[in-house]
Amino acid sequence: MKKLAVEGLKYKYPQSESLALDNISFTVNEGEFIGIIGRNSAGKSTLCQALVGLVPHFYKGAYGGKVLVDGLEVKTHSIADIALKVGMVFQNPFTQVTGSKMSVYEEIAFGLENIGVPRSEMVQRIDEVLKMFKIEHVKDHNPFDLSGGQMQRMAIASIIAMRPEIIVLDEPTSQLDPGGSEEVFQAVQSLKKQGITIIMAEHKMEKLAQYCDRILLLDNGKAVDYDTPEKIFSRDDLESYGVAAPVYTKVCKALGAKKQGTNTYPVTLEEAEAVLKEIRR
Amino acid sequence: MINVKNLSFSYKKTEGARVLSDIHLEFDQRSTAIIGQNGAGKTTFVKLLKGLLKPDIGQITIKGQDIKGKTAAELARTIGLIFQNPNDQIFKRTVLDEVMFGPLNIQMEKSAAKEKAIEALKMAGLDHHLDTNPHDLSLSEKKLLCMASVMAMETDIIIFDEPTIAQDNQGKEKIKQIIQTLKDKGKLVMTIIHDMDFVAENFERTIVFNEGKVLADGPTREVFSQKQALLQANVEAPYITQLADKLGFAGTVLSIGEFIDKVDANK
Repeated sequence: MKKLAVEGLKYKYPQSESLALDNISFTVNEGEFIGIIGRNSAGKSTLCQALVGLVPHFYKGAYGGKVLVDGLEVKTHSIADIALKVGMVFQNPFTQVTGSKMSVYEEIAFGLENIGVPRSEMVQRIDEVLKMFKIEHVKDHNPFDLSGGQMQRMAIASIIAMRPEIIVLDEPTSQLDPGGSEEVFQAVQSLKKQGITIIMAEHKMEKLAQYCDRILLLDNGKAVDYDTPEKIFSRDDLESYGVAAPVYTKVCKALGAKKQGTNTYPVTLEEAEAVLKEIRR
Repeated sequence: MINVKNLSFSYKKTEGARVLSDIHLEFDQRSTAIIGQNGAGKTTFVKLLKGLLKPDIGQITIKGQDIKGKTAAELARTIGLIFQNPNDQIFKRTVLDEVMFGPLNIQMEKSAAKEKAIEALKMAGLDHHLDTNPHDLSLSEKKLLCMASVMAMETDIIIFDEPTIAQDNQGKEKIKQIIQTLKDKGKLVMTIIHDMDFVAENFERTIVFNEGKVLADGPTREVFSQKQALLQANVEAPYITQLADKLGFAGTVLSIGEFIDKVDANK
């Protein structure tokens, strides 16, 4: 069974005249890592919210089509039910923080308390994610005293602690330095290896190219394409959707250096290195 | 334009390591990127320049004047800082009011303030949103709005804190143009940033902060050739530079254009 299935999804925010999501369909297999790309206002965040049920339950508005999360139809189930299957990390960590907890430790505990995780297990899970995201040293700080980077790590940690089967991340590394974003991508990669399904909206194309199985390209609320990073980033019309290919792909495109025996360009440092070495011989 | 001597600072005055220690820097007109890990002291440093924090030790002079006795309000005519999180900056009810607030506050005439505000909003691509409530804008638009608010004040020094966060390709191009326009006007543009390819393409000088100290400083090309310092500061070279290094190109390549020129020259 598909872990996630979106069928003909249409959505319009209240008081808006145009569709934010316009007839989107795609499926995701268990353990896949899917990237969502597209210019700002293409519908990436709205789609993320639709996968966890905030669209339509929280935002209301006009809704058509279906989103099935591990077989549960989002529209006919409550956010509380859906939250057991799928967790979401918000674009702006500031929006995600509850505001009712006085420490990072309690903030991470919040979600676990809500789903009734026994205390001893809670302690163990919190310690694990604090370590995983290197925020142990700020566990007693007030969430609002954290730096942007620390707050973002806390936001991701608090979702991962809930161990959802599907994790949706909306630009989870925007506030992080390159080392920090690499750590997040590696943490996500290791979750994927444990069979967790990952959906991530991101502008860091080099990282998506390196880690994703498939990429969904959105524009104007529509799904333009859904394919491997190589295929997506090799599209000639990519820039017309407001997306720049990874630097490695741009260079290889300019030099006409395709991957051997394919019609696609390299998308990672290693691939570009291999192809360009060949050309220079 | 700015002279920083022997600067040290810590948030907790009684205990622990200093956030910044013994910083000596001089800033001229060159556009300057400040890079380094989260927690290296970058934001603290620019808050000190802006007068939002006071140094424990050391002296900061801006255009020859010690900023010690000056209030943040006085400094606001000379130095503008765009916060990393736009929600910390925005508080008015319309986009136009938000951008006019700064100019009005430094006693600009209302009509002049409006003119400056609209000019700045045009640069930011938000002039079609004059009556919109700022809180209805997206994160990337809010960031551009905050840039406009500071640009409208026409300060000689403009500091960005992470301008490219949440921006798509088009937004980054817009910021590139904004920086160029400000440079052309003879302003000192400084930015804290994690996007190294953006640094390589747009900034003449790069300063690497590490654990509250300046680890490297110089023309951007020179700094990105100091592999040891980058490693120590846990900063990656731009992607294009990394690829050129892997292929054994001589020198430090900073842009796709330069990369292609090198390949062509080798043919």
